[in-house]
Amino acid sequence: MSVKALEKVAKKFASEVIDKHSNAGDDTLIVKRAKIKEILKFCRDDKELKFEFCMDVCGMDYLGYPNQDRFEVVYHLYSVTHNHRLRIRARVPENDPVIDTSVDIWPGTNWFEREVWDMYGVKFKGHPDLRRILMYEEFQGHPLRKDYPVNKRQPLIGPQN
Amino acid sequence: MNRQDMNAFGQDVYVTRADAAIQFLQQAINWGRKHSFFQYPFVTACCGMEFMATWAPKYDIARFGAEFPRFSPRQADLLFVVGTVNHKLAPYLRRVYDQMCEPKWVISFGACASTGGFYDNYATVQGIDTIIPVDVYIPGCPPRPEAVLDSLLLLQEKVMKERPELSERILGPQQIEEARQHRAMGGQS
Repeated sequence: MSVKALEKVAKKFASEVIDKHSNAGDDTLIVKRAKIKEILKFCRDDKELKFEFCMDVCGMDYLGYPNQDRFEVVYHLYSVTHNHRLRIRARVPENDPVIDTSVDIWPGTNWFEREVWDMYGVKFKGHPDLRRILMYEEFQGHPLRKDYPVNKRQPLIGPQN
Repeated sequence: MNRQDMNAFGQDVYVTRADAAIQFLQQAINWGRKHSFFQYPFVTACCGMEFMATWAPKYDIARFGAEFPRFSPRQADLLFVVGTVNHKLAPYLRRVYDQMCEPKWVISFGACASTGGFYDNYATVQGIDTIIPVDVYIPGCPPRPEAVLDSLLLLQEKVMKERPELSERILGPQQIEEARQHRAMGGQS
């Protein structure tokens, strides 16, 4: 359990926090995207937090949710030193889906961010090589967005069913 | 129709003696081909487990002479597409097919390879016949080994019925047409 870690980050960046909870033991911090780099850097470098390991970066599409930005980028952090975990969710609006990259904090997030770009179309500012990773370059649209039609066929691919 | 005009497999037999000999040779070649498929297993998904079961001693695909896989498409004449093919893989499947020498046959193994299966989504090819020609489709998710063997027998039947390309290649279509007309006018060759 890392309620302590959650509280520490929330206190340090009080103006950035939108919400926080510890449902089912999953300590989660929901923040604005503006200072995401500083928050993540603090999580990695602080002696009590020591989140050396970013396990996953994924995207969320909250299409149709009222009073909420459409996209979210979720960082799953783990500390090998302290054996605790923290989840940080950053809200990203639809009309400007851009967030700062975390590749210079954890190099391992390079491909995770490419996947989020590929599937959700969220851009990562400062990413060294932001290309599609799962789909091919000619693919149009971002397939995991909720408004991507299930039956949509891509122009390069054979007959329409 | 004259008794001479049909062979044992219900095919037209051309009347020149050379042609009859070539016809017989073609039958022999077909017979040889159908009992010695060299397959290229293009295995991408869970259907591969049933494919292995078909190979293994209990079902023993070797009984039909198709047990020997060649992992180079240049040495294979039967392409087994086993499992889901997604859009990123599609160009490579096409390339493997193009690298195979004639004569070549394709078996589409299972629901996904044949139609896309339940992967009706953005990533999956909706049937490999949108990319390459297919000879036999095997339904099932995954198909049982009996179905696989059945497909192999179907393909053998198809190979046996193949037109005598060889005679066309040696005599040329022009000569074959001439021979046909010659026969139609009641001439002897």
